[in-house]
Amino acid sequence: MSDTRPPASRFGSNSGQSFTRRDGIAKVTGTATFAADNHPDGLLYAVYVPATIARGRVSHLDVAAAKAHPGVAEVITPANRPMLDGDPESKGFMFAFRFEALQDNTVRYANQPIALVLGETLEAATEGARLLNPQYEALPARVGLNGDTPYKVEVGSFGRPGQTVYGDVAAGHAAAVQSVDLTYETPEQYHNAMETHAVVAEWQGDHVTLDMPNQAIVMSRGAYGYYFGIPPENVLIRSPYLGGGFGSKAIPNGPTVLAILAARMTGRPVKLMLRRDQMFGPVGHRGATRQRLRLGIDAGAKMTVLDHESLATTSTFDDFVESAANASQGLYAAGALRSAQYGVRVDAGTPGPMRAPGEASGSAALECAIDEMAEKAGLDPLEFRLRNYAETEPGTGLPYSSKALRECYLRGAERFGWSKRPMQPGQMRDEAGMLVGWGMGTALFHAPMFAAKARAVLRPDGTGLVETAAADMGQGAWTALAQIAADSLGLPLDQVEFRSGSSDLPDGGVAGGSGHTATAGGALHAAGSDAVRRLADIATADPASPLFGAGNAGVTARDGRFFVIDDDSRSESYADIIARAGGTEVVGTGSAARTPEDAGHHAMYSHGAVFAEVKVDPELYQMRVTRLVGAFAAGRIINPKLAESQLMGGMIWGISFALHEEARFDKRTGRIMNADFAGYHIPVNADVSGLEVITIHEDDAHVNALGIKGVGEIGVVGTVGAIGNAIRHATGHRIRRFPIRIEDLLHAALG
Amino acid sequence: MNLFDYARPTTVEEAIAAWAPGASYLAGGTNLVDLMKTGVMQPGKLIDLNRLAGLDRIESLANGDTRVGALVRNADLAHDAGFARAFPMVAEALLSGASGQLRNAATVGGNLMQRTRCAYFQDAHSACNRRTPGAGCDARGGDNATMAVLGWSDSCIATNPSDFGVALAALDAVVEVEGPQGSREIAFADFHLLPGQTPDRETALAQGELVVAVRLPAASAQLRHHSRYLKLRERTSYAFALVSAAAALRLEDGHIVEARLALGAVAARPWRANDAEALLIGQTPSDELFKRAADVALTGATPSGDNAHKIELARRTAARALALAAIGTPKRMPAFPASLFGEHAHV
Repeated sequence: MSDTRPPASRFGSNSGQSFTRRDGIAKVTGTATFAADNHPDGLLYAVYVPATIARGRVSHLDVAAAKAHPGVAEVITPANRPMLDGDPESKGFMFAFRFEALQDNTVRYANQPIALVLGETLEAATEGARLLNPQYEALPARVGLNGDTPYKVEVGSFGRPGQTVYGDVAAGHAAAVQSVDLTYETPEQYHNAMETHAVVAEWQGDHVTLDMPNQAIVMSRGAYGYYFGIPPENVLIRSPYLGGGFGSKAIPNGPTVLAILAARMTGRPVKLMLRRDQMFGPVGHRGATRQRLRLGIDAGAKMTVLDHESLATTSTFDDFVESAANASQGLYAAGALRSAQYGVRVDAGTPGPMRAPGEASGSAALECAIDEMAEKAGLDPLEFRLRNYAETEPGTGLPYSSKALRECYLRGAERFGWSKRPMQPGQMRDEAGMLVGWGMGTALFHAPMFAAKARAVLRPDGTGLVETAAADMGQGAWTALAQIAADSLGLPLDQVEFRSGSSDLPDGGVAGGSGHTATAGGALHAAGSDAVRRLADIATADPASPLFGAGNAGVTARDGRFFVIDDDSRSESYADIIARAGGTEVVGTGSAARTPEDAGHHAMYSHGAVFAEVKVDPELYQMRVTRLVGAFAAGRIINPKLAESQLMGGMIWGISFALHEEARFDKRTGRIMNADFAGYHIPVNADVSGLEVITIHEDDAHVNALGIKGVGEIGVVGTVGAIGNAIRHATGHRIRRFPIRIEDLLHAALG
Repeated sequence: MNLFDYARPTTVEEAIAAWAPGASYLAGGTNLVDLMKTGVMQPGKLIDLNRLAGLDRIESLANGDTRVGALVRNADLAHDAGFARAFPMVAEALLSGASGQLRNAATVGGNLMQRTRCAYFQDAHSACNRRTPGAGCDARGGDNATMAVLGWSDSCIATNPSDFGVALAALDAVVEVEGPQGSREIAFADFHLLPGQTPDRETALAQGELVVAVRLPAASAQLRHHSRYLKLRERTSYAFALVSAAAALRLEDGHIVEARLALGAVAARPWRANDAEALLIGQTPSDELFKRAADVALTGATPSGDNAHKIELARRTAARALALAAIGTPKRMPAFPASLFGEHAHV
């Protein structure tokens, strides 16, 4: 990638505008069609039967009783399950996870599918599932961080390193004049997007149409093609809207594959939508972590060592270890830097990427440890962070592609009023006598790009059509990507039709890793630019055009017309050019990806600083986050309204992580006892107030052609630690376990 | 969901006549239907009460008592201006429960009849003496941080989840019942049963009996100037209480002449603390006094599992509720009802 950006003249002004989301009215009026809203003729309803033990085998299913129930059409068990072409135990493609699709009677975790019942109605299938009355031979369940023997992770999730060491760690410890050695724990969390996993599958010969929420629409064609022995192009995935994904809707899972199989087996379309409790098992989660942080500082309070170990739960049959220790990479300058991941195998489903995987839980511990170190050093937490500010990427020494973290700190602190913070905890009270505490955390998230393609068409009437199979999980892809596309075509937003969310379109890449806008947007930008270039070639080569002879580089595109640069009197509309050229639409294509070479020259991250105010009752310890100010620098913001909304959403995840979310296991059975929204708490509106987001613009010529980083996940990073630190500041109690509960503060107070 | 018969009577007499063993009465359905979906309850027959005439009224009786029909919706009762003026603590308790949508559907009678939210009761695959007598109790030794600390037994450690009921217990409510044997009244304090060795018997209702109204005595309205419901919980709305307390005082010349205290989420019934009330009579309000009263209220409390913290939190909640009651009933319903942050919340 060159350091020069594409000519600004090729950009319009759609990007940077706070357009309201284009699909908003359809969603609030109920006309947006989510996967489970589809009801093809002849539909059968599928219900999967979840295991109620965590380890062992199914010894009996009362298939006769289920089949005898009126309306039950079919019962699928390991005894009659048709063959899959791709083995669910195999790793047949990139990002393949092992899953249970009735290949045998084994139970590996609670809520694993052990049968699938098909009914003419949902009620019939549900009752048929109950009537199967499974019997088990159960083995003792292993759950929790002490469930089994830890092992060292050499290659972490998504190929990231399991062990990273820079500098001489032992020397760093030895050189420290002050140090802390702290252990934090975070619990298992489950994605729980508002829309549960769903699929409506319909076969026609060896072609299958899947209406499903999907974060990786084109990539998933290959995955489903693999399991069903058909070429990827025989799989059509339609995913126009997702009711949230949170990382769990990119990866095939057992219940979904079984529903697709059931449709092929019965020759009828089949719908499966998971119940809320079924979200706690076969569709991924965030593993629990226990993190040990050892920090040392020199006499100037600069870190001599940042040594971060993390132990995380994973399944017995696949590998995904929450890479929490990696959160200490890339952020603070330290003489020596070590991130070491360990795993422990438990009887749970395989974890997966969830809302800033690694960073969220790692940052929760890191940012608390940083504060504990600052407190020991007698320094304000912000001052301590500034003293350890990394001007180049720690360890690698790479320059940052851009890094406005210092501005985030200063702008956020100013907005929050941080300078009035007393050093000692327990000093502030509000008018009602509540303890008040202020805390902060730094946010860091990598700025990746994946690979995407797009197609752009300039139509004879001068309007545009752009296509890429992007995924809108609620973040606003329908709007932000259309803004990029409109700019690339030199058209106003309302002159561009945007087709997306279907696998028969060019591959829009994965909506994950906070890289979707950069990736799909990059492809759209390239495709639009290509179409404009082709049309400019036609115009400038046509003696009948006022643009004749200006040359491709001599014209600029704006509002559906080309203008000769520096001579607005010479211009012509797209429609006129196309009409004279025979009325044929002009098609451009484009792709976007970051080459390893581009990636190797700079460290690329979004940054942020989060400031939290909490209030805590001094006797009853009810806690409330009363203010959160997040200042984020994430390159170029395409749509400020949507970006701020996403960042706020991430900060609310942070409240959730800090104070609410936790899967509660019965350690005897390995079953989750709060698998519903009454028991698995996430913040409600009444828990969220005083949220404020500041975005700080960065010109980043290296990260990609559009200068876009991501805002999807960084909001949670830093927020959790900021809240933990604020609770410490309010109460004087340091709770090293999330979520922080009323009883934790009570126990701390009682000693 | 199992197949079941469905009846939709229009009079109380028809409803009671329709009852047979294995049948369930259906009102708002906010709890029963959920339990039917998960298979925890499988009634052979549902008797839908929603068409019964005359049970949706809030009436002032000649003797000054207030009578609330069993089909009055929780939200309608809480927002009835006259009722909320006379019994602000009841309104606050109602508005602190569930969510707006649930309160719109849930009824007064159904609130009394709702089942425990013990996770092991709600899970058809766990052993539960309450669901299946003699099956055992998986909550003991399980994930039991929220379970009972008062009145529990070896066979059951579940709690009653109601907020409304805590306020009713404090205010000497009376439950009007009709059944195959005619009508009768049950003191609210006697309505829910402690588990003992028969946790499957949850209320004093006989088979087929139906709650038709809840009555609040006129005397209880005299406590309206100093009454609060306080609910400790893990989020500000849509969460069951970790512990809660309903406290009401009548003050004359700076002295307490009447006191009411009931605790929620600590036992299988809303827990009226008569001994604590007796201690308060004739005393001058003070934090120290309220702490002593709260100590008395928790007399005999023991952990039923990993929940010793609930005892101390209940003690502190009771003391605080009394202190808030002494200050006086808020002029208007707090933004977050029953919350410690209720009157000072940023909303």
